[in-house]
Amino acid sequence: MRQRAVVTDPAVGRRGAGRVIAPAPLHPGAWWLWALALGTAASRTTNPLLIALVVAVAGYVVVARRSNDPWAASYGVFLRLGLMVIAVRTLFHVVFGGSYGTTVLLTLPQLPLPEWAAGIRIGGAVTAEGLAAALYDGLRLAVLLACVGAANALANPKRLLRSLPAALYEVSVAVVVALSAAPQLIASARQVRRARLLRGDTSRGLRALRTVLVPVLQDALDRSLALAAAMDSRGYGRTAGVPPSVRRATGALLLVGLLGVCVGVYGLLDAGSPMIIPGPFGAAPMLLLGLATAAAGLALASRRVPRSRYRPDRWRPRDLAVVLSGLAAIAAVLAAEALGAAHLVPPVAPLSWPSLPLLPAAGVLAALLPAWVAPAPEAAK
Amino acid sequence: MISFEDVTVTYHDAERPAISGVDLRVHEGELCVVVGRTGSGKSTLLAAVNGLVPHFTGGQLRGRVLVAGRDTRTNPPRELADVVGMVGQDPVAGFVTDGVEEELAYSMESIGLPAPVMRRRVEETLDLLGLADLRDRALATLSGGQQQRVAIGAALTAHPRILVLDEPTSALDPGAAEEVLAALHRLVHDLGITVLMAEHRLERVAQFADRVIWLPGRGAAPVVGGVGEVLARSPVAPPVVRLAGVAGWHPPAVSVRDARRLAGPLRERLHGIAPPTDPPATGGAGDGRLVARGVVVRYSGAAAVRGVDLRVAAGERVALMGRNGSGKSSLLWALQGSGRRHGGEVLVGADDPAALKPGQRRRAIGLVPQQPTDLLFRETVRAECEQADAETGAARGTTSALLERIVPGVDGRAHPRDLSEGQRLALALAVTLAATPTVLLLDEPTRGLDYPAKTALATVLRELADAGTAVVLATHDVEFVAEYATRVVLLADGEVIADGPVAEVVTSSPVFAPQVAKVLAPARWLTVAQVEHALKAAP
Repeated sequence: MRQRAVVTDPAVGRRGAGRVIAPAPLHPGAWWLWALALGTAASRTTNPLLIALVVAVAGYVVVARRSNDPWAASYGVFLRLGLMVIAVRTLFHVVFGGSYGTTVLLTLPQLPLPEWAAGIRIGGAVTAEGLAAALYDGLRLAVLLACVGAANALANPKRLLRSLPAALYEVSVAVVVALSAAPQLIASARQVRRARLLRGDTSRGLRALRTVLVPVLQDALDRSLALAAAMDSRGYGRTAGVPPSVRRATGALLLVGLLGVCVGVYGLLDAGSPMIIPGPFGAAPMLLLGLATAAAGLALASRRVPRSRYRPDRWRPRDLAVVLSGLAAIAAVLAAEALGAAHLVPPVAPLSWPSLPLLPAAGVLAALLPAWVAPAPEAAK
Repeated sequence: MISFEDVTVTYHDAERPAISGVDLRVHEGELCVVVGRTGSGKSTLLAAVNGLVPHFTGGQLRGRVLVAGRDTRTNPPRELADVVGMVGQDPVAGFVTDGVEEELAYSMESIGLPAPVMRRRVEETLDLLGLADLRDRALATLSGGQQQRVAIGAALTAHPRILVLDEPTSALDPGAAEEVLAALHRLVHDLGITVLMAEHRLERVAQFADRVIWLPGRGAAPVVGGVGEVLARSPVAPPVVRLAGVAGWHPPAVSVRDARRLAGPLRERLHGIAPPTDPPATGGAGDGRLVARGVVVRYSGAAAVRGVDLRVAAGERVALMGRNGSGKSSLLWALQGSGRRHGGEVLVGADDPAALKPGQRRRAIGLVPQQPTDLLFRETVRAECEQADAETGAARGTTSALLERIVPGVDGRAHPRDLSEGQRLALALAVTLAATPTVLLLDEPTRGLDYPAKTALATVLRELADAGTAVVLATHDVEFVAEYATRVVLLADGEVIADGPVAEVVTSSPVFAPQVAKVLAPARWLTVAQVEHALKAAP
């Protein structure tokens, strides 16, 4: 491991005299934007080589820069989920898939279906071409999961929520509270199960579920009531004189803006989607329009919220560099698409070994930048 | 600062009001303690200050509550967040964030203070409450006392003029409680904050109070007045006030310091009378009903219990003491056999309880956990009792008879969660005793109990011990230990650091000494009852 710069400046006071002052971590938003950009780039291609490259890049950065915090351990879960998606997608193709292509690998017994079910097929010939198409499709979904997993491992999702615009604050607190409920439920269930042993109760299955579930749920309910009371006492949801009409107007603006963003993102992710606003630039105008409305709504709404933020995460040049490296991957893929480069969507019929398109590959490799730009995580305590 | 004008609160479906005829004023810079038995409406009174009652809890509030000139009728709790800081019973349940600094800043963020102000106040509060070393820690990793101080700090950063605390020290060991109370004392004296708090452990807080608000319960109007005079009349009073009653001091002393000044003549009268000593604790001699050797418990690598040896004879009443996190609970669970044990051996009679099946295990050794409700899962008290009979193969009605003996008059149709703390503990105890274990372990049984409930518990446990059960309980409550136990085992960092008769162990350390011992030192009197008995017997 590389030696980290050690600053011991008591005047800074962040960690007291004589102790290591770690550089501020990367902005959580930067990590999420970087990861989502990588995912978006990958979603526009079915080339398995390019997708593998994306997974490798994301994986390398995660290994190099993830911290020891509990959420960082979830990366493996996301990867396993991705593998499962590929397996399920392939299995579905084998069982229900339409047959095209000529290279028949094996023939399953086909279930005869009545006339009205024309178009549906169960069993039958499995072709190499169809299998390859299904695999590519599964890969595309899996890579999205891998990218989200990478973001989750690199940045605490709770800290990301803290950086949301003030207008979304109440929603984000609700999400944070919901996120912390799961580990609490597990701890509570463990405690009750242990107490069950004291009564000599070793039952399993439905009966055990009942005897554990009742106290756990009662406990969770009590806890959430206590939390709600505490939050209320501490000023959560203060309106401090904002008239209801203004609150409703800003809410509407926000909603419309977010809808616009959703439509735009849909267009960007799915190259084959019908264009809502047809034009030479595809979904980009819709996305930009949506972003603009949402930004306006958020800005307006935020001004009405009497909230402030304690030590917010700041955007520094290196955070921007990380985001730009992610955007480079998208730009390269889009440029290659505009230039009509082949290999982004390798043909499955006739089946051929795909080759790596150079321009998008270079773009994806640029996304390796955070492995050096981002500060190294703190050593385990 | 706070004024209640003829306030009556009635919850939905309640037969009688929770509090009624409350007409009182708390002045700026005062520290008022609300006392009363469990269920007398203390929490309701506190929650009415910032409008949680009735805005959050529902129910009907008649009369008027004014806080710093604002009416709680038109100001819901969130709008009062800048004048009233509220600290609930369980600090962990009220934490919104997961870091110390973020938690301290939360109220200020809600109020919308500018960032530089927040930064400064967080630093000030960290220093004020001695939390500076913990600033980067996750809240879940803090000890109970530290969590309580963070909760108080989080309420303070908004610079409220009133601080309301519901049982701030009841879950804490004596050392941590002193820490928290010292911080509160400083706030009142340095910053002039008005403090209103409810507390069962009056021996800890009475000396800091300016006035006491006593809620007699059953909807009767509260009695407000000087600490000594009100406590002398109420059924909940710390030992030093009860000692004042026995010795006939007027006005009664409320602090050990006052009492010591008045106690000269009493010490003289008691001179030459030996304090009663319990039958000598066997301390492992003779037959050990419970024998443990070298017990080790580890949690993710770190040892919580490091090689504890313990022998408890039949009929002994052992108190396990030590600060929060010293390994008391882990030891109890390991002894019972349902918890983890990584080393050493435990024998109850001839059997290792961990090797028994859970059903047989509970016949050998029973444990009442810290949360008695974890043991309960039926909808009514009666169903719970019948369930316990069925589980243990006891005759029908055994458990409900036990319950009736421990606490008479519990409604069989009531939901266990709706019982008072004392009744709930009694139910869990009855369920455990249905299996007639020869060894009984209790984890923090006095938490949330008022003085009469504690006396009742002590009586029940004493009867059990006299009938031959070995009883071991983990507790922070020095007064309860003085009144009940025959032997104290002191744990620190998972090791036994003292083991001996109560009088010897508790009087040797100021932190663990009961009030009576402090007042009458160097003679080893521990409880008011002992003194009373001796005075009656003396000519």
